Amino acid sequence: MKTISRIYTFLIYLFLYAPIVVLIVFSFNNSKSRATWHGFTTKWYEQLFQNDEILTALTNTLLIAVVTAIVSTILGTMAAIGINSMNKWMRRIVMNVTRLPMINPEIVTGVSMLLLFVFISGSTGFLKPGMATLILAHITFCLPYVILSIMPKLRQMDPHLYEAAQDLGCAPLPAFFKVVLPEIMPGIVTGMMMAFTLSIDDFVISYFTSGTTQTLPIAIYSMTRKIVSPEINALSTLLFGAILILLIIINIRQIRDEKKAKQAKRRAAQ
Amino acid sequence: MKSKAIAAPYVVWMAIFTVVPLALVLVFAFTDRSGNFTLENIANVSRYSGVFLSSIWLGALATIICLLLGYPMAYIISRKAGGRQSVMVMLMMLPMWMNFLLRTYAWMTLLENNGLINNFLGLFGIGPLELINTQGAVVLGMVYNFFPYMVLPIYSVLTKLDGRVMEAAQDLGANRIQVFGRVILPLSMPGIISGITMVFVPAVSTFIISKMLGGGANLLIGDLIDMQFLGSAYNPNLGSAISLVLMVLILICMGIMNQFDDGEEEGGIIV
Repeated sequence: MKTISRIYTFLIYLFLYAPIVVLIVFSFNNSKSRATWHGFTTKWYEQLFQNDEILTALTNTLLIAVVTAIVSTILGTMAAIGINSMNKWMRRIVMNVTRLPMINPEIVTGVSMLLLFVFISGSTGFLKPGMATLILAHITFCLPYVILSIMPKLRQMDPHLYEAAQDLGCAPLPAFFKVVLPEIMPGIVTGMMMAFTLSIDDFVISYFTSGTTQTLPIAIYSMTRKIVSPEINALSTLLFGAILILLIIINIRQIRDEKKAKQAKRRAAQ
Repeated sequence: MKSKAIAAPYVVWMAIFTVVPLALVLVFAFTDRSGNFTLENIANVSRYSGVFLSSIWLGALATIICLLLGYPMAYIISRKAGGRQSVMVMLMMLPMWMNFLLRTYAWMTLLENNGLINNFLGLFGIGPLELINTQGAVVLGMVYNFFPYMVLPIYSVLTKLDGRVMEAAQDLGANRIQVFGRVILPLSMPGIISGITMVFVPAVSTFIISKMLGGGANLLIGDLIDMQFLGSAYNPNLGSAISLVLMVLILICMGIMNQFDDGEEEGGIIV
């Protein structure tokens, strides 16, 4: 049984990683061929860094992701707090609308926003599909994730804490920043990170709301439609490397924090 | 904290950017180009029932394959010791962090007629086989892209299972198959349900996987919608009607699936 499960695990991970490994290996191939090896080169990486289209797309993507993360975190935190103090009936309606973009197929969300932006720009001249509409669309589909990562933290919190702070003479606003905010901070950070990564990664909704503006996924898409250059492999490799490093750093920090927590516990026990 | 008003900006935002756009889909679906009420668009959707059926069929096939392959994987991961378990979960999530266009592109290069797989088979005198631009390639692309979405929710339910429940079943005389069929499987139902929806919804509505791996021949609902809005067959009214039908279809599917899942918790987050 143990060997079977080992072999099974190996095959599944092989299935998951083999394509990625092949992609990475062929980013160093000294030929446009995607099947035979012609020696090592880094020329595709050099070409990538001279590709203005990709570099503009990258700056667009990062700009959109940063703005989206900030705005959706602020709006989402306010929303979560507000929703938390609604009565059951109102909360249910708002939460259902909140979940709508998560349940709906992405393509429907994208198409519906395209209709909205075309409608607005047709009647007022503002909001032609482009940078602004991309940011608006990204904030919209990130907001539910921000709210849903903050809500549980708000529920876990003891509501009397906030009242206690006020009883002890703290004004409402400082009480919020000193008592409530630290309590829900982990949720806010998770939500913000999710918004940032969702925004960077999104293709479908961006595809419908971007007009002629390019984000990185859209640039990748148009690259796969043209005659393909191994530059795309080089780009994948760089992105994969960046993600890997990021995840390793996050994990190491987590392990360190856990160790610290354990040590603190042990000390407290002594 | 009594501060409902603080949610007001969000409520307004969602009204403008979620509710109004969906209302526009509805309006467009039931009007013609000059804005008069018509049922023609909805009636015309039936012309594409073949595309709908094949999308649902391919999506369902991919979902079933994901479930059959993913459940054992989730189970294996959930039985591992702490450190190993988190490494395996990480490895399962890592490919999801890579943009799905690149993951699909990777398969494109593997499946090509002069791609790596056909080259490899050629060494044994087989092929070249027609691998890309087939329905099989589309299903493969769906399974590859959405596999972790099946494994992770099932895994998260399985790790929370109380081991004592299984011991109790064994103490009461159940054999391994009975423990699995009557204790573990029913208890992992919520994970299976969210796994199925998380794979089926994106699979059935995809348009990239079918474009990149299916060639032009294997149209899916997503391709149809894309064509009506940004493609050659520009007709947002028909596109809205197709989107509306797709949306209703998926809501019905979710409704059916939720019947199997009792006591869903409010405010939880999937994954």
